This record gives sequence, C-alpha cells and structure tokens, in this order.
Amino acid sequence: MSIRNVEELQEMHLDVLKEIGNIGSGNAASALSTMLNCTTDISVPDVRLLNFSDAVNFLGGPENIAIGMLVNLTGDITGMMLYVLQHSCASKMTSAIFGSEIEDLVNMNEMEHSFIAEVGNVMTASYINAIASLAGLTIDISVPQMTVDMVGAILSVPAVQFAQVGDKVLFIDDNFVIGECEVQSNMILVPEMSSLELLFNKLGVNL
Amino acid sequence: MGMITVGIADLNVGKDGDVLATYALGSCVGICLYDSSTKIAGLAHIMLPLSKDAAGGKNTPENRRRYADTGITELIQTMSLSGATASRLTAKIAGGAQMFSTNSSVFNIGERNVAAVKKVLAAYKVNIIAEETGLNFGRTVFFHADTGIMEVRAATKETKML
Repeated sequence: MSIRNVEELQEMHLDVLKEIGNIGSGNAASALSTMLNCTTDISVPDVRLLNFSDAVNFLGGPENIAIGMLVNLTGDITGMMLYVLQHSCASKMTSAIFGSEIEDLVNMNEMEHSFIAEVGNVMTASYINAIASLAGLTIDISVPQMTVDMVGAILSVPAVQFAQVGDKVLFIDDNFVIGECEVQSNMILVPEMSSLELLFNKLGVNL
Repeated sequence: MGMITVGIADLNVGKDGDVLATYALGSCVGICLYDSSTKIAGLAHIMLPLSKDAAGGKNTPENRRRYADTGITELIQTMSLSGATASRLTAKIAGGAQMFSTNSSVFNIGERNVAAVKKVLAAYKVNIIAEETGLNFGRTVFFHADTGIMEVRAATKETKML
C-alpha cells in the first residue's frame, strides 16, 4: 500500500513519528545545552496531525508575530521543515546567553539575529540528523532561511506545499527546560509522501 | 453589518457597512472585488494558481476556493447572486509575498499566484485598480464595503489604505 495523503496515517505511524521526534528533540536539547552552556531537559514531544488553522491558533493566532526558520530537505527525503520560535522563548534564550531579552522582535540587532539563526540551525540540523541516522538515510539540508512575521503568513508556506496532499501538517510540540526556564519549541515537518513511505520502509513499519 | 472573517482558501460577500477581513496572507493572494453602485463587496483568499495544475484534486467547494481561477469564478457568481453586477466590478489585490528566500527560484508560489489572479481577472474583464503584492512580508487585509477601501496591515510596515 502507498500513502497518498497524510490523513491516511494511522496511530502506529504517528507513534513512530513521535519516537523520531523524541530522538530529534533529545539531540536538539543536548546541542542547545552545549551552545547555551547550561543544562537543558526535555519532556516527551507531542506529535500531531493538525489542520492548518489549528496549527496557526496553537502558535498564537494568525497575526501573532513569531520567528520562522525554514529548511529544504533533499537527498533520500525531500520536503521542508519549519521551526517556529515565539518571542518569549527567543528572549529566554538570549537572556541565558547575553543576559538581555529581545526588546523588538521585528528589529532584532545583529547579535540577536545571528544567535537566533544559529539556534534554528542547530535545532533543525539535530532533528534531521536524528531521522537520518535512525533510518540510515542521507538527508541534505539547506541553510535555514529566517523570517519574523505573522504566524499565519509563515505557516502558509508549508500549507501551500501540503495543499496538494492534504489539509493537515505534521506538528511536533516540544517543551525544553533551559536552566530554570521552560521554552516551547515547535517544528512542522512537511515531507513528500513518497519520502514518508521510504522512511517507514527503512524503519520496517508496514504501511 | 459587521466584521466578516474570510479564512484561508475561503471567500465571502458583504454589503454596505460590513468589513471583510482576511488575516496573514503570505504567498496567498487576497482578491477584493467591489460594485460601487450597490456597495457589494467580495473577498477571496486563494492559495494556489490554477486548478488545472492540481494533482488529482477533488472538486469540492473547499478545493475550488483554493485556486485563483475557480475561486474568482465562484466569488463573482456569489456576488452576482447578492445583487452585484459583474460588469461593474473592480478589483484590489494584496499578498503573493515570498516569505522565505529559498534557493529554488522555481518555487516562487507568491509570484505565480499573483500572475494567475491577474490572468483570471483579465479574462473576466475586471480592472485591477489597486495592488499591494510581492516582496517578503505577510499582510492582513480589511476590505470596507461602504467605501471599497482595502486596508492592508503588515508587521513591519505602515498600514496602507488603498
């Protein structure tokens, strides 16, 4: 059987994706811990298939301003991954490293900007590496593209990509604890359906 | 009378006193059509260019409203049913941004959406009298049915009244 639509995924497939999310988050947390030079901890991530509008609402509504970082995946898996970071969470990270919060998200200074871009880089790469090594696949990732804008506009990018195959996005919701602060981290994974099939095959999961 | 929200891949029609709103257009395009004589206003929020390019899409109402061609056709029909005259319609469009500067130039869906919208409106002989499209930021649109003014808000830019 082949999957044509994400909505055809069953509980078992979601469990597998959850486990991948878990390993990816573990990788990302330890990378973040090294980067921020403090202890980080994670809770078990929640992996869900969400409608576009539910995902937007979950991230604070269409007009909420957040940071979006997008990487394109090529190689054995093709698709895109979007990392969304809220203002408050980004501020907690800059506080941990520079001792100051981000005052104006849309006009971040150069230091804040490059630091946040690096966080995005580390987070997305850790996730993808976890998936690739677990499944024995080669996945190349592009340099992350970053934007600060309305959540609805940011999410329209994977939504449009996904529109051909379904109305839902694969949503990974993580909670990190950095030092004493809890930071929410959200990833949206948009694989091509054929890539998802290959991934399940490699992991020995029946479709 | 009041605020009518138009979701993604959706459309709606309002009359004098109503405000049609669609939030956070990224690469999507918001199409505001107006008949100034009857003050009937319509707004469609499309995601993709032409329905014929769809890979085996089902012909559901939601799917029709996703595409520039089928979405605009349905918007004009709905407005006509509400009492607007198709030949009097004028258009204002917003959106079609490229949110991320990806290296694959082929995938500039925003630009393709705007081009498709223009092509379809031209086929219906509807003039575009105002446009706020392209670049790299999200836009929220409020379309005022009493005046036909399209209000465009963005996170980093001044609000524009078009």
